[in-house]
Amino acid sequence: MKGSHLAAALAGALSFLLTGLSFAPAQDMDTERAIERYRQMLKEDPWSNPALLDADRGETLWTTPRGPKNVSLEGCDLGKGPGVVEGAFAELPRYFADADKVMDLETRLLWCMESLQGFNRADLVKRPHPAGGQPVKELGAIATYIASKSNGMTFAAKLDQPKEREAVALGEALFARRSGPFDFACATCHAEEGRRIRLQALPQLSKPEEARKVVGEWPAYRVSSTHVMTMQHRLYDCFWQMRMPELELGSDVSVALIAYLVKTAQGGEIAAPGLKR
Amino acid sequence: MRAIAALAFALVAAPATAQDKPAVPAEKVEAAVKAAFPNPAPEWQARLHPDETMKACSAHDNAPPPALAEAIQARERAKIEYPADGQFMGDWRRGERLAQSGYGMRFTDYPPRNPNGGNCYACHQLTKQELSYGTIGPSLLGYGRIKEFSPEAVKAAYEKIANPHATLPCSLMPRFGSNKILTIEQVKDLVALLMDKDSPVNN
Ligand code: HEC
Ligand code: HEC
Repeated sequence: MKGSHLAAALAGALSFLLTGLSFAPAQDMDTERAIERYRQMLKEDPWSNPALLDADRGETLWTTPRGPKNVSLEGCDLGKGPGVVEGAFAELPRYFADADKVMDLETRLLWCMESLQGFNRADLVKRPHPAGGQPVKELGAIATYIASKSNGMTFAAKLDQPKEREAVALGEALFARRSGPFDFACATCHAEEGRRIRLQALPQLSKPEEARKVVGEWPAYRVSSTHVMTMQHRLYDCFWQMRMPELELGSDVSVALIAYLVKTAQGGEIAAPGLKR
Repeated sequence: MRAIAALAFALVAAPATAQDKPAVPAEKVEAAVKAAFPNPAPEWQARLHPDETMKACSAHDNAPPPALAEAIQARERAKIEYPADGQFMGDWRRGERLAQSGYGMRFTDYPPRNPNGGNCYACHQLTKQELSYGTIGPSLLGYGRIKEFSPEAVKAAYEKIANPHATLPCSLMPRFGSNKILTIEQVKDLVALLMDKDSPVNN
């Protein structure tokens, strides 16, 4: 694909620009400028988002027979029937009767990789997210592909079934819940308008207008760590800042928080994979 | 009898909300958290679950009713440990380094390679020189000067950093002293950063 070559070239240029900038606050301004330039390039050529390389990789992983059972994920039902990917992400999270659970995209993929392909769940959740500079893991690449197939649609998860409403309510309670040695809740950083940590703007995720702007951009290529970050990785990283232990991929906490975020963002546009600082 | 029954009901019923959301029992929330962070090291167990103060603050969206606010304030004030020598000010230069550092207590920070930081700049403006500051807390630029460098303000700054709930129940600021994030000596260095006449905060 033509776009992929361009994306690869840009990803290279960008990681060169940003090597070592990730955590140095004094260089936040440089990062912001690099992102501004980058957004401009994206506007001129939407194919230049390096995350599209991972979406391509994800498509191959989705269609290739893999795992101990050597089957592809095309038998995986993301809610619209086995193998249907078009628009599936836009209706997640949702309740799945086969698993008797509410699941977001990544949790559902985990379930399909385990139950259809025979992968070992413990292996999949062991190191689920890439270190800085490393490419997103397989599950994340597949999630990037699936999300890209809802790009331009609006969030339409109904979240109105009893178990779905329970998940949203659990997410809301977790959002306000303070714990850990720093006494942080999600709300500490994300429940007031116009706040920032150092120079990083903090979206007020409890407010629909703001949630609609950002939630649909995940999975996203994260410029400061030069890889794709999925939504569950984003939450894992926020819990890291909260001085909490490592959030388990596919946990009810992950699903509930995502259900709450998506519910708050309902009606917002999906622009995935997005691009983040 | 009717009245008592009604009262009992009011006490146990979950708070009704405008959107009529299903209430989540506390045990369910705690169980979900426990399962989401499997097998934490024993010294991390306590991080998973909030203490009485955090429970109360979360339940009231950090705006506790007056009686509860008073109880929180008294409980947290009692947790403040004071310097044995009665000196509240250390070295502002060390304080500035602590204010810059966000290091410490994250799961990637073990075994510790540096002392824990206070990361004050994450939430506060402090000096004219540092432009990369957050805005979750108020600006502390010129703090000592504004407080006229009074001994009472020096002590109050110590107490604020050690345990902000002692003066503002359900503050969003971490309990740096009482939660053992910073040592007494480190808190003193930060007090100096705020209150020393020579500190860049006041110049
Ligand atoms: C100590 C502050 C802090 C806490 C607490 C925190 N976050 Fe974050 N969060 C951030 C920062 C900083 C960013 C932006 C990071 C960046 O720009 O790279 C962010 C980004 C996000 C984003 C992406 C926003 C966007 O612009 O696309 C989401 C979603 C999010 N956080 C959710 C949460 C949730 C859910 C919790 C609770 C589990 C939480 N955060 C707790 C600081 C925090
Ligand atoms: C997570 C954000 C956060 C961090 C980190 C933080 N603070 Fe605060 N701070 C606040 C908030 C919010 C307030 C206002 C509420 C209050 O007074 O407790 C505050 C208030 C204060 C005040 C009282 C200001 C006044 O009105 O008189 C002082 C002094 C202070 N902080 C010092 C510090 C120092 C020193 C550090 C670093 C060790 C620090 N803070 C770290 C959020 C933070």
